[in-house]
Amino acid sequence: MEKKEKHKGCQCDCGFTRRGFLSSMGAGAVALAASGKIVTPAAAAGVKAPMDSLSIQLMINGRSQRLLVEPRWSLLYVLREHLGLTGVKIGCERGECGACTVLINDIPRYGCLTLAVEAEGSKITTLEGLMQGEDLGPVQQAFVEKDAFQCGYCTPGQIMAVEGLLRAKPRPSVAEIQREVSGNLCRCGAYVNIFKAADRAAELKRS
Amino acid sequence: MMPNFSYIRPESLQEAITHLGSADARLHAGGTDLLPCLRDQVFDAKKVVSINGINDLRSIQETEDGSLRIGALTTITEVAENPLIRERYAALAQAAAEVASPQLRHQGTIGGNLCQKPRCWYYRGEFHCLRKGGKICYAKGGENQFHCIFGGKGCYIVHPSDTAPPLAAFAAKINIVGPKGKRTVEAAVFHVEPSKDVTRETVLEPAEIVTEILLPRPLQGLRSSYRKVRARQAWDFALAGVALVLQFQGNKVTKGRVVLCGAAPVPWRSYEVEKVVIGSALDDATISRAAAAAVKNAKPLEKNDYKIPLFQGMLEEELQKIKNG
Ligand SMILES: Cc1cc2nc3c(=O)[nH]c(=O)nc-3n(C[C@H](O)[C@H](O)[C@H](O)COP(=O)(O)OP(=O)(O)OC[C@H]3O[C@@H](n4cnc5c(N)ncnc54)[C@H](O)[C@@H]3O)c2cc1C
Ligand code: SF4
Ligand code: FES
Ligand code: FES
Repeated sequence: MEKKEKHKGCQCDCGFTRRGFLSSMGAGAVALAASGKIVTPAAAAGVKAPMDSLSIQLMINGRSQRLLVEPRWSLLYVLREHLGLTGVKIGCERGECGACTVLINDIPRYGCLTLAVEAEGSKITTLEGLMQGEDLGPVQQAFVEKDAFQCGYCTPGQIMAVEGLLRAKPRPSVAEIQREVSGNLCRCGAYVNIFKAADRAAELKRS
Repeated sequence: MMPNFSYIRPESLQEAITHLGSADARLHAGGTDLLPCLRDQVFDAKKVVSINGINDLRSIQETEDGSLRIGALTTITEVAENPLIRERYAALAQAAAEVASPQLRHQGTIGGNLCQKPRCWYYRGEFHCLRKGGKICYAKGGENQFHCIFGGKGCYIVHPSDTAPPLAAFAAKINIVGPKGKRTVEAAVFHVEPSKDVTRETVLEPAEIVTEILLPRPLQGLRSSYRKVRARQAWDFALAGVALVLQFQGNKVTKGRVVLCGAAPVPWRSYEVEKVVIGSALDDATISRAAAAAVKNAKPLEKNDYKIPLFQGMLEEELQKIKNG
């Protein structure tokens, strides 16, 4: 009940749910490569030339999708630019900031350092995938409640790191929380509240 | 966006070796070091050969003679969390837990951790330095606060791997396959000093692949630890560090190895410390003598002499800790 009311507040104040809605619309589209020939999965045993588009299957936020990707495309690029999942942020693109954190088979990883072809056959979860219909998921809810951000740029990555932690370990200690979000930098220095939000998220997930 | 490359994910080692034999082919394990190098054009790849289809490389197994076999594709997280490694090879588990960030540990592999490229900022930047085949080392007269105090000759990097020092200290072996077949190399000599060849980091020949790491059965009374000093709590490379693997009889050290990290272009075995501690009980006097011996032959650069008291103090602390158990 309390959760429902909180969510309503969000919908009008900060547009979280609207953004989630738009992104999931984007996810309905299948990416089309700009150029090159299309390699079907049956032929996928050989070497893929640079401009060849390879066809890969990903389970993205619970939905199976077939995509055409170039070998050099990162998962980050494909999720944002081809599927419109803008909850995945671009930061450093070199594994240093965590803004691009997504779950691959429930484990937090950096989208910028993962080739889309390498994720073939995996289950990918992005921020958009944490929505429960029109409601915020528990980790998102906890970040709002604990005011765990200022500019918000690092927030989706932080939330995904916490989500990954809680999927592996429902009752983390404070030290474990600090350790597991240490791959996500926050330039606004909202760390104290991020730790509190992770703790609150664990509570919300259990209830 | 990275420059274009072709891509293949073979399912056997033989196929992978064949593909790696072509010009400018690069091996992809977790990709956490390869992709940033390609993006920054530290080197090029015409073909990326992913070994992730070779499932045999992905396991931790105890062998019949009591040694432990770690497949090259085992993730750093798996190494850090494996109960057998934590129990018998504590320094390795501790080192793995100190590598990079959680996300990178979930993705990066132990094989890739040993084969990663240097972190010297000139090397990673647009400087055609000695190690890249150029004419000079920019770090020598430049910004060298994070460079080496031992073993620098021409090039002054510190080896970035946290797992390499404990592997060298445990006398681990590294299995390699390549176009000419299989071979085994001691972890302690897997990395190449710049005085031998400034353009390569490891003994790997073209198209060779690290397949597994073998840890010998631990001796009776063995204690081990890994310590890494860094500038902050979030991910960072070692400013100074040490892997201690010592065999105790009572409070006397009977055997062992001491390998420094953040010190030299390769994991740096400190024979000086070993000489002082082996055969002695680790009393306070021995510990301070050992720590002083560790840095006696150091050759700091212009901006990194802070590493000398850092190594000395850190070694005193670590030796005290391991003595107490
Ligand atoms: C931000 C950041 C911080 C980091 N901090 C640390 C740290 O504190 N401590 C630390 O130890 N490391 C650190 N690293 C490095 C990281 O641990 C390595 O990138 C990782 O271990 C490499 O493993 P990988 O499987 O991703 O290798 P890849 O990126 O796939 O490969 C790395 C290199 O090794 C070669 N290679 C990989 N596997 C093999 C094999 N089996 N046989 C032959 N060659 C192979 C590749 O061709 C490539 O050149 C950091 C990296 C980043 C990006
Ligand atoms: S220290 Fe080595 S890698 Fe760095 S600039 Fe000098 S030669 Fe190049
Ligand atoms: S954008 Fe991936 S870690 Fe910074
Ligand atoms: S809230 Fe601004 S970067 Fe974290």
